[in-house]
Amino acid sequence: MKKIFSRPESLRDVPTHYCPGCGHGIAHRLLAQAVDDLGIREKVIGVAPVGCAVVAYDYWNFDCCEAAHGRALAVATAIKRVRPENIVFTYQGDGDLAAIGTNETIHTANRGENLTVIFINNAIYGMTGGQMAPTTLLGQKTATSPRGRNADSEGYPLKISELLAQLPAVKYIERVSLHSPQEVLKAQRAIKQAFQNQIENKGFSLVEILSPCPTYWGMSPDQAVEWVKETMSKEFPLGRIK
Amino acid sequence: MAKIIINREKCKGCLLCVSFCPKSLIVADKDLNRRGLNPAKTKDSSGCTGCSMCAIICPECCIEVYK
Repeated sequence: MKKIFSRPESLRDVPTHYCPGCGHGIAHRLLAQAVDDLGIREKVIGVAPVGCAVVAYDYWNFDCCEAAHGRALAVATAIKRVRPENIVFTYQGDGDLAAIGTNETIHTANRGENLTVIFINNAIYGMTGGQMAPTTLLGQKTATSPRGRNADSEGYPLKISELLAQLPAVKYIERVSLHSPQEVLKAQRAIKQAFQNQIENKGFSLVEILSPCPTYWGMSPDQAVEWVKETMSKEFPLGRIK
Repeated sequence: MAKIIINREKCKGCLLCVSFCPKSLIVADKDLNRRGLNPAKTKDSSGCTGCSMCAIICPECCIEVYK
C-alpha cells in the first residue's frame, strides 16, 4: 500500500494553537502544499500577520518574517524590492488586511507589487475575542454587535477583493472557500496560481479564503462550514474576480 | 484496498472528517486522547476507497491515506 496523502514537507510536524474546526489549519496546509509543488521552499519568504495566525512562522518550514499589525504588505514590498529573486507572500486575516491594514493593502495593490497575498476572511476578529470586523455580515452577532451588525450605524461588509479588482495594476484575484473538500481543492489551485503569477513576474495576486471560525460564531465545526456555504458565500460570492 | 491512519493525539475532535466521509466510516472515539478530547477514529476500514476527503478537510493534517 502506498501513502497517497500526508503532511507536506513545508508544514512542520507540530500541533497548532488553533481551535478545533478552524480554517487556518487547512489554509496553512494548502499554502505549504503549493510551496512544495512549485519547488520554491528554499526561495520563499512569508510575512505573518497579527491576528490568530500571528505565530504561523512556527508552523511553516521556510523563512518567515513578522510584521506589525496591518503592515504585512509594506514589509513584503520591502523584502521583494531588496530581494527580487525570492518569492514573497503575506498571510493576513480580515482584521489585519481589511481593517488596520486597508491603507497598505490598497496602495500595495495599486503599485502592482509582484507579491502573493493570502487573505483569510472569517468575518470576525478571532484573536481578540470575537469582535465585529469590517467583513462581518449584516445581522451577524459578535461581541461588539450583540444585536447584529446594523448597516445604519456600522456600514456594510467590506468587499476588499471587489474593491482591489478595480485597480489596473492588480493581476489576479480569486475568492475561494473551505466549506467542503471540493472547495478546499479549488482553494489549493487558486493559491498555486497566485504563486505561479509571482514566479512569472505577472504582478499582484490575491486569494481570499472564506474560512470558518466555529468558536466565535458560536457554532459547532459542522454548523460553521454549513454557514460559510449557505450564508457567507452568498454575501461574498466565490470565483475568479479578476 | 485503502486505509487511513488518524493520529489520535494530534486530533482536536472537530469531526469534519466524520461529516465528509462519503461512506460514513469515521466516528468519534469515546475514549479521550491526552488533550482530553474525543478524537476521530475509523469504525471500519474495509469500505475505504482512499478518496482522501477526510484528509483534505482535516484542519490538523493528522490523517494519512494509503492506497
